[in-house]
Amino acid sequence: MRTSVFTRGTTAPPPRRTFRKAVVVAAVAALGAGLLAGCAEDSGDASGSSSSGGNGKGKTTITVGVFGAFGLKEAGLYDEYMKLHPEINIEQTSIERNENYYPQLLTHLASGSGLADIQAVEVNNIAEIAQTQSSKLMDLGKTSGVKKENFLEWKWSQGTDKSGKTVALGTDIGPQGICYRKDLFEKAGLPTDREEVGALWAGDWQKFLAAGEKYKAKAPKGTAFVDSAAGLMNAVQGGSAERFYDKDGKVIYKTNPAVKDAWDVAAKAADLGLTAKLQQFQPSWDQAIVNGTFATLSCPPWMVGYIKDKGAEKTEGKWDVAAAPKSSNWGGSFLTVPEAGKNKEEAAKLVAWLTAPEQQATFFAKRGSFPSSQAAFSLPEVADAKDPYINDAPIGKIFSDAAKNIPVTIVGPKDLVIAQNLADVGMLQVDQKGVSSEDGWNAAVKAIDNALEK
Amino acid sequence: MRSERRSRLYRWDLKWSPYAFVAPFFVFFLAFGLFPLLYTGWASLHQVELTAPNDMEWIGLRNFSRLMEDEFFWNALRNTVTIGVLSTVPQLLIALGIAHLLNYKLRGSMFFRVAILTPYATSVAAATLVFVMLFGRDIGMINWALGQVGVGPVDWENGEWTSQLAVSTIVVWRWTGYNALIYLAAMQAIPNDLYESAALDGATRWQQFVHVTVPSLRPTILFTVVVSTIGATQLFGEPLLFNRGAGATGGANHQFQTLGLYLYEQGWVNLHLGRASAIAWAMFLILLLIGAVNWLVGRRLRKSS
Repeated sequence: MRTSVFTRGTTAPPPRRTFRKAVVVAAVAALGAGLLAGCAEDSGDASGSSSSGGNGKGKTTITVGVFGAFGLKEAGLYDEYMKLHPEINIEQTSIERNENYYPQLLTHLASGSGLADIQAVEVNNIAEIAQTQSSKLMDLGKTSGVKKENFLEWKWSQGTDKSGKTVALGTDIGPQGICYRKDLFEKAGLPTDREEVGALWAGDWQKFLAAGEKYKAKAPKGTAFVDSAAGLMNAVQGGSAERFYDKDGKVIYKTNPAVKDAWDVAAKAADLGLTAKLQQFQPSWDQAIVNGTFATLSCPPWMVGYIKDKGAEKTEGKWDVAAAPKSSNWGGSFLTVPEAGKNKEEAAKLVAWLTAPEQQATFFAKRGSFPSSQAAFSLPEVADAKDPYINDAPIGKIFSDAAKNIPVTIVGPKDLVIAQNLADVGMLQVDQKGVSSEDGWNAAVKAIDNALEK
Repeated sequence: MRSERRSRLYRWDLKWSPYAFVAPFFVFFLAFGLFPLLYTGWASLHQVELTAPNDMEWIGLRNFSRLMEDEFFWNALRNTVTIGVLSTVPQLLIALGIAHLLNYKLRGSMFFRVAILTPYATSVAAATLVFVMLFGRDIGMINWALGQVGVGPVDWENGEWTSQLAVSTIVVWRWTGYNALIYLAAMQAIPNDLYESAALDGATRWQQFVHVTVPSLRPTILFTVVVSTIGATQLFGEPLLFNRGAGATGGANHQFQTLGLYLYEQGWVNLHLGRASAIAWAMFLILLLIGAVNWLVGRRLRKSS
């Protein structure tokens, strides 16, 4: 059967057949060329791309790779830079979730291809990047215009490797406040003024739990004091200098009293029934933000933005923000420039500009991403910032105060994995399945041991 | 002389053109099928991290030997089997039933046939997201419906059986129509005389189905069993997205973490490429085993019939 197509007409090939054959050959060739071109396009893109803007104007295109709605573009900073530098064109590619973005970044760094000229890195990955990938990244500390004293000291040191090479510059940080629902607090007989609310639990997370018990005693039906035990645990954890690693890079989370303390606070909250038993960033959690079924939430500035996105008009004016019991940090990002990039000098200049105090202040004013540049704190865009969505809360002051007291946190390469398993395995079991605090802890430790073993 | 050369050309054409035409598939198969398979095998014998994929340290079969005592691996294997059974068995039974109904002369049969295939055409991500909402604990539609008949809210995601049932539901929903169409095609190839003579012998519709339809479908059923088993072994997207917030853990207790998900967690969350490769090869070997069993069963069936 296979040959029948070809035996037809072999004795005296009519011209039609040659023609048909030519068509077939052409089609196959075109297909093959198309496939090859597809590959070539990919690898062309991969090897740094972009020497000319494609439109023949001789522009230099700088590509920026980010995760999520990173915000630099949305804040209009790229447009502003392109206006200042007409010869530059900036293009951004974004991958929705960091857990997909980060492994891809690692493979691209390893192969030296597929990289954007500028790549963003999340704080939970920064230690791994600084420790294992620094030979593949540019020393941004030497770029002209970059001033070390502008940055918060700990943010600068997180992006610097052991030899003193600064491979990543900080964009934003996440000093935390506590977002609370004014309406629910009022119904439960708690104060609603943000100063009084902050005073309710100032200095001690146990006081936060005590406030939770008061809330629970008169809680509006179907509501809980705090969204999730794991979220609370993260908030407490973010306030200690040593978290999962000590300064020699040893994993110490099992014996670190600060981690245990955070665990106990969260487990107690679950045990007292103060939590809404939700898991953060799940659809059900989003729905709860909109429907107002929990009264408090640990709130870095970007979380205020998240509430705005989800709640829109429905929750406008309902939330307010008060100081947290203790200063702590949640989240924040960095920018790096891979050595393999084609336009690394231009890219480094752009990074220096984007992370300068003025631009960080704009970033905060437009997107609520809090500056990692302490020089920006006193700029009016930050110092005087108020957010009409949350009752004109002076977010500039609240978050700057919190930022000043954040200790220099020691980060480690597997921070993300440890944090995730403590939250999404251990504490989730305690919170949602009613497992005992001890069993939950052991389950988390077992999962982390397995995850850390190479 | 010239004609001799031409005829030789034609002979070559005859002999080699078919190979040239199938070559693209095999070139791609080599590049994207066989090479990764072998390379994964090679990587599984090393300690290698995603932070430095070219930095491989030979450790022999250690990645495999530790799978033996890796309780997360066995948990994932167990989950894969239970979710596989929970999804494949109802899926094929329902598909058989639907195909039987569609095989009747129906008004608008084309409409039903297309409708039955639409779930297959939706993306896993979209379907799973909808099911996550349906199975929500606090305001999910299923719990609302259960509440109407007085059954208390079920925490679908946290229970071991409930979460596996929920994940299986997504699989059943997506793949039933596909299998139904395969069965329908096979049913239409069954000669009508068989039914006529069965009817003459006084067989009821049900008896016709059991004694004529099902035996004639045997090779097709075997085929769908093999394909769905392979699909079930590789199950990944549904359990991953069923718990979007928490990466690849497959629930607080790893209660719906499948082998595919555990592989992903080791490779792309924990960044241990060597260990992930060993899991990939273990899955491959399990599939070969299942394939062999299927082949033996198939041979048995052919002999007995």
